Amino acid sequence: MRKMSAFNITALTLGFAFLYLPILILIVYSFNESRLVTVWGGFSTRWYGELFRNEGLMDAAWVTARVAFVTATVATVLGTMAAIALVRIGRFRGRTLFNGMIYAPLVMPEVITGLSLLLLFVAMNFARGFWTVVIAHVTFSMCYVAVVVQSRLLTFDQSLEEAAQDLGCPPWKSFFVITLPVILPAVLAGWMLAFTLSLDDLVIASFATGPGATTLPIKIYSQIRLGVTPEINAVCTILIGLVAFGILAASLASKHRLLRTGNAT
Amino acid sequence: MSAGGSSAWGRRLVIAVPYIWLLVFFLAPFVLVLRISLSEVAIAMPPYVPVFDLGAGWDRFVADLGRLSFANYEWLAGDPLYINSYLSSLRIAFVSTVLTLLIGFPIAYGMASAPRGLRPILMMLVILPFWTSFLIRVYAWIGILKPEGLLTLFGQTIGILSGDEQFRILNTTTAVYIGIVYSYLPFMVLPLYAALERLDGSLLEAAQDLGCPPLKAFWVITVPLALPGIIAGCFLVFIPAVGEFVIPDLLGGSDTLMIGRTLWNEFFNNRDWPVSSAVAVLLLLVLIIPIVAFQQAQQRQQEAAR
Repeated sequence: MRKMSAFNITALTLGFAFLYLPILILIVYSFNESRLVTVWGGFSTRWYGELFRNEGLMDAAWVTARVAFVTATVATVLGTMAAIALVRIGRFRGRTLFNGMIYAPLVMPEVITGLSLLLLFVAMNFARGFWTVVIAHVTFSMCYVAVVVQSRLLTFDQSLEEAAQDLGCPPWKSFFVITLPVILPAVLAGWMLAFTLSLDDLVIASFATGPGATTLPIKIYSQIRLGVTPEINAVCTILIGLVAFGILAASLASKHRLLRTGNAT
Repeated sequence: MSAGGSSAWGRRLVIAVPYIWLLVFFLAPFVLVLRISLSEVAIAMPPYVPVFDLGAGWDRFVADLGRLSFANYEWLAGDPLYINSYLSSLRIAFVSTVLTLLIGFPIAYGMASAPRGLRPILMMLVILPFWTSFLIRVYAWIGILKPEGLLTLFGQTIGILSGDEQFRILNTTTAVYIGIVYSYLPFMVLPLYAALERLDGSLLEAAQDLGCPPLKAFWVITVPLALPGIIAGCFLVFIPAVGEFVIPDLLGGSDTLMIGRTLWNEFFNNRDWPVSSAVAVLLLLVLIIPIVAFQQAQQRQQEAAR
């Protein structure tokens, strides 16, 4: 075992300060009475009140929540199928291409994905709006789900499934009774990841969106261009709070599961 | 394994559904981008003259080959704006990757040498910012970096800046570096940490017992063993940083050229779809080597994990 040296402690402290200070400052200033960012005018929840009266922002928030929910659900189903295809079925024709298409969207610049999808929607005469944003978001987030589920499937003993099938259990049943419960934490993590990816996306949504489907990041972006306002700080604080809450809940739930089943694999 | 009729059918379905989805919504659009980049701009909706009508048959296809227009690419080659954007994107992404590595390495190293019980918490702390919106994290820096912002206030308080002096960082390339390092730090730290955590501490002890100075042991043992993590981290930062749009747009100045931003402006402000498609094709060509290299590195690791 290596010891924690002063160097390591300093590196960690500075590193985490760098990661967290900007976010903390943003949260603190959302409770600032003053409209100016640098002047502290006292604690106030005034901007949260204004936020809830801002119809444009509330509409955008509602659109975003629906897009993210549908996206996460579809992406989880498709991504899990892709992971099973890659890990359990092994060799099939076109596997290399499939594998490439799973990993490419993870590193593809968003402007390219967005532009190419928009051109597809125009060529196919799709009316742009809610569903085109969902399709665009599913396309990149299903790949994240596939990677998360894949890593869980790789560590899971296949012989259980094989035993069930040898005893006459049909494959779809052995999937739901044996495989799914084991990979469930990864599937849920994939769902949450897809949900937040969809919630956060600005660039791809800007290309894929149409009338009546302005998402929250698009709205926030257009307001940021006009300047920093405490109202935007308030929206951001709420979003950060929701995500932090979701992650804490998920990690507590998985810890609880581990304690209950008593095995820490 | 038994392969009954229904199970073969189910197997095909599990492959086909995600496969077809990605073919239609990921691969086909690229073909379309390539096609439109070879067509001419027109004042219409959609604003280009189509080449290669898919339903028109082989004869039309051959005839269309003659109508292909490389004018958009000639235009890109002729205008220094585009060449400069490409070069400046690559330079900014490269410098940011190096900076991220220099900042990320000590953090990952500190995490890997922390007590075992503390590590999951530290890892969670690195992942958490990744879950919060990219846009929000970039936005947070505007309030800090702007001339009358918090950094200036801090400088004046501790006395680096006198009276009404201000830091001029926002809307410069420096701000873009800060933004990229900040946003992509988790992508660098996680693979580095994964590599460093596996590192066998007894190797370093053995080197020390044999009289190897710690700094040399670091270069001879730690760095080579962490190399897969370093490579993965650098790819994960470099590739998306080249095509970055939000950071140069919000933090950079009007003279901060980056290709993602150029594409966005060409598309949304100038409404020139063929030229923006050509920009996208060239950006992809620039990135194809690092992307393929990254995929192969990932695949090797996967095979090793099997």
